[in-house]
Amino acid sequence: MQTFPGVGVSPGRIIGTVRQMPKPISEPPAGEQLAGDTSAEEATAGLKAAAAAVHDELKTRAETASGDGKAVLEATALMAKDTMLLKNAAKLIGRGTSAQRAIWEAGASVSEMLHNLGGYMAERATDVLDVRARIVAELRGVPAPGIPSASTPFILVAEDLAPADTATLDPEKVLALVTAGGGPQSHTAIIARSLGLPAVVAAAGVDELADGTEVYVDGAAGSITTDPDDSQRAAAEAWATNASLLAVFDGKGATADGHLVPLLANVGGGKDAVAAAGLNAQGVGLFRTEFCFLERDTEPTVEEQAAAYKSVFDAFPGKKVVLRTLDAGADKPLPFLTDATEPNPALGVRGYRTDFTSPGVLDRQLQAIALAEKDSEADVWVMAPMISTAEEAAHFASMCTAAGITNPGVMVEVPSAALTAESILREVGFASLGTNDLTQYAMAADRQLGPLANLNTPWQPAVLRLVGLTVEGSRAEGNNKPVGVCGEAAADPALAVVLTGLGVNTLSMTARSLAAVAAVLKTVTLAEAQQLAKLALSAPSATEARAWVREKLPVLEQLGL
Amino acid sequence: MPERIATIASRSGLHARPAALFAEAAGEVGVDVTIAMQGDPEDDALDAASILSLMTLGAAKGDVVVLRAEGDGADAALDSLVKLLETDLDAE
Repeated sequence: MQTFPGVGVSPGRIIGTVRQMPKPISEPPAGEQLAGDTSAEEATAGLKAAAAAVHDELKTRAETASGDGKAVLEATALMAKDTMLLKNAAKLIGRGTSAQRAIWEAGASVSEMLHNLGGYMAERATDVLDVRARIVAELRGVPAPGIPSASTPFILVAEDLAPADTATLDPEKVLALVTAGGGPQSHTAIIARSLGLPAVVAAAGVDELADGTEVYVDGAAGSITTDPDDSQRAAAEAWATNASLLAVFDGKGATADGHLVPLLANVGGGKDAVAAAGLNAQGVGLFRTEFCFLERDTEPTVEEQAAAYKSVFDAFPGKKVVLRTLDAGADKPLPFLTDATEPNPALGVRGYRTDFTSPGVLDRQLQAIALAEKDSEADVWVMAPMISTAEEAAHFASMCTAAGITNPGVMVEVPSAALTAESILREVGFASLGTNDLTQYAMAADRQLGPLANLNTPWQPAVLRLVGLTVEGSRAEGNNKPVGVCGEAAADPALAVVLTGLGVNTLSMTARSLAAVAAVLKTVTLAEAQQLAKLALSAPSATEARAWVREKLPVLEQLGL
Repeated sequence: MPERIATIASRSGLHARPAALFAEAAGEVGVDVTIAMQGDPEDDALDAASILSLMTLGAAKGDVVVLRAEGDGADAALDSLVKLLETDLDAE
């Protein structure tokens, strides 16, 4: 038996067999020449055959895909047999370069050309690199990069997953996600929670496990064990039973003594909203409007936007829907708003700040929201992401008023906003804490980096203190303006108790987590939650804060959370 | 050499989906077709069946391009491709 410790990011106990995500394709050595007995003609013909095979494979995948994914796959398939790419490579082969090195260099120069054109073309630059890697894999006779296909369900093990991998991740085939890299806020974690898959990240060494190895994964404890024993088999069986119980939320978030904590859902569009309503979410705490337009290279019209927003409002008649204005930038670029060449995009022109460089887009979005609200029955709240100062909050509020929106608010993600919450809340009606970015900025630790996983957790006492300061700011302002949490922190049942104890009014999370959070919340009184919040704040480290709080919540172990 | 002039009708210009559709069509007409911005020298013309060339050409909505082809069926091929360029492919 061998155990790999990692960071648990999505609960669940499961036994299954490992399938490794193929390793990224390594660069063919610079200066690699044609093998002695291979002519340039033979090498070129081999390259063309490999390119054709990649084209056919992508084309087949495009046939079964739908929507935007289909269009991307179709365009990528065409790139595989693109004459410009292949002719450039053939020229290099003619000069004696090996086929692998030739396609590698040809892909690099085309990709750079597209990158330099900026905007939509820059986005496609990575597609060229993907095609290049697939052709090299074909030439080497190794598996193509990407999620392996298999007929039986498996535990997917990877270095880390990219947002693009999710398009091809089939939740019917994947039992759990395990990564050697990545952090608690990485895309792997977000994907796992939204699909309800157990997941462990930053488990060093798991990428050495052989395909077909049977392992036990505990997504709450954060560990992977080979040769599972009887107690682990029993735990996996118990989880299978509990999982069905934990899948039902009765639509009433409250503590044991009846203190109400409405539990809301994070959604990215109408389809998510309908699913969240089906899981009894008490409203929407975060509608990520940019997710409606991620594949777009031009600004959607006011009418298009209004239709997209109304589809979410209509899923929650009479209930609260908090809409976040376009949060473009950093890991979610929108070509019509963001500059792909910024050296430091997480600290760049993103979120509300895009109004500085692309004025008008936000005004038109607010008009679209007002238009959608007019013929809907939802209680619509609107907030701006990445607000840093009270001045910005005041300006956003005036823009909302001009558009006829009555309840403007702000996201608290930048530490300066938490520190000045009192003056910010004088300008707007509510605040919502985005704990993912708040953690990344408070700890100065990139969300996507595995080596920084221990810094990048909302259990950091510094982050909890910023949450507490935001609540205190609201109390000092004097009008009981609501403070919610809509980051991934709210989906962690133990942390949800701490946030409630800190005085947060509402918790918004991926809809799959509602039932587990509700089940744990109703086992504690408000006074107990306040005690646990104090305990967490007093901890010297994130690890101890988490361990101390979990120790006082035995229900977590019983439920396998 | 037969040539035709066409004005790009697709809203997003000649990239994204319109470029993919056009490149695929140009690859299936049976003759080699080149594309260049109007006024550019013929030597700078790019392969119309290459989606990457089309993307680097960067033709926007309203831009005028020149298509050229030689050989059997060149005229018919050019006519069908002009029609495609002058359709708003984003609207489909």
